Amino acid sequence: MKKITRFTAAVLAILMVLSLAACGNGGKDEKTKLIMATNAEFPPYEYYEGDEIVGIDADIMKAVAEELGMELQIEDMAFDSVLVAVQGGKADVGAAALTVTEDRKKNVDFSDTYAQATQVIIVKDGSEITGFDSLAGKSIGVQLGTTGDIYVEDVEGATIERYNKGFEAVQALTQGKIDAVVIDSEPAKAFIAETQGLVILDEAFTDEEYALAVAKGNEELLGKINDALKKLKDDGTLDEIVAKYIKAE
Amino acid sequence: MQAWVAEKWTWFSGQIYDNFIKDDRYLYITNGLKATLVITFSAVILGIVIGFLIATIRSTYDKTGKLKFANAICSIYLTVIRGTPVVVQLLIIYFVIFGSVNISKIIVAIIAFGINSGAYVAEIFRSGIMSIDEGQFEAGRSLGFSYVQTMRYIVMPQAFKNVLPALGNEFIVLLKETSVAGYIALQDLAKGGDIIRSRTFSAFFPLITVAIIYLIMVIIFSRLVKLLERRLRKSDR
Repeated sequence: MKKITRFTAAVLAILMVLSLAACGNGGKDEKTKLIMATNAEFPPYEYYEGDEIVGIDADIMKAVAEELGMELQIEDMAFDSVLVAVQGGKADVGAAALTVTEDRKKNVDFSDTYAQATQVIIVKDGSEITGFDSLAGKSIGVQLGTTGDIYVEDVEGATIERYNKGFEAVQALTQGKIDAVVIDSEPAKAFIAETQGLVILDEAFTDEEYALAVAKGNEELLGKINDALKKLKDDGTLDEIVAKYIKAE
Repeated sequence: MQAWVAEKWTWFSGQIYDNFIKDDRYLYITNGLKATLVITFSAVILGIVIGFLIATIRSTYDKTGKLKFANAICSIYLTVIRGTPVVVQLLIIYFVIFGSVNISKIIVAIIAFGINSGAYVAEIFRSGIMSIDEGQFEAGRSLGFSYVQTMRYIVMPQAFKNVLPALGNEFIVLLKETSVAGYIALQDLAKGGDIIRSRTFSAFFPLITVAIIYLIMVIIFSRLVKLLERRLRKSDR
């Protein structure tokens, strides 16, 4: 009997400590920091330059934070954790070349879109893969949780290899471990610029739009971000940022 | 109160449906579990083989001064493997050593974790061999046993019994360590949970489920090791 009371006491003690910790989160002061969750392995949208995270998303968020009079703090994490962090309140905004999809909309709220993108296929020079239709039965590398990952699930008989990082999928492709990589168009260009013997197929098989994500129901922040985005669009800052990272073809 | 419970229940069952039932997502967990078990068991066997060989070489050198060169190689292996993180070793084996070969990732993982575990098992075995009193060894030799026979019939059986708890522990450590296999896009149990998480954006259920499955496996295997220990200890009385 004594043992049981002791055990109960221990469990209760742990629960109390946990609930205290939960309180600690709730009682925060008025925020001046804007925490942005991203996956800084996705050039040109976000990547490391020295020890600083730069890229289109990072620059846009810097401008947005400036508009809001807040200080931007960037948290780098795995791509599949970005939306979880936003939803769970670990970060205020997700800015990680996030495509607006119906599934994601169920879990977070998206801002107005700020960029267009497509998914493309990267293959080795001289590969027999010519487009989306010839992917059937091949092994396809993707980055976990990206729209590319979700699209290729429908490819018949294909083996999908989900890497944590986009460039690891590209590396596996150059080493002949997989037949193709499906990824967003701009990172694809950045990746093949650094590797030899790879080509991007012309066929772009999706049209997507990127937006910023905030926690579901956080309309105050969403409104502020949309206002800031609109302002940046109107005064040309947005185009400037994009032009800085993506050279016109 | 009732409304509150009903509301929580709706949320709970909705989460269960989204995370495990929709699109057959539970398959990520079950297939991942299979991969984790295959990798762990094969790697443990490989690790025991490697560890046994190395421990034999090292203790032969310690006891007789023979096999100097082999001993030096073993020392280097132990230093390198125990001095680098297993994730880095895994990535090196996948992207560098098998860089230009198209090889099954399960095999890569088994090799990586087996080689890694071998280094730790080697030291476990060696400590077991060293723990046997020198007198046992001398007694064997004076009975006319050769070095190999003494090791095989007198030292090793006692050593094995001594190291069994440590060996069981190594198995448990390895089981959990294989959770980094996802780094090479291998779909093991932890990666299975990650894939679900990337689809449903819910942190709680995928992570807790994966954690509970690992925990249950560890509890089962700890019990089995304990049973084996008890059987072997019967001869002590």
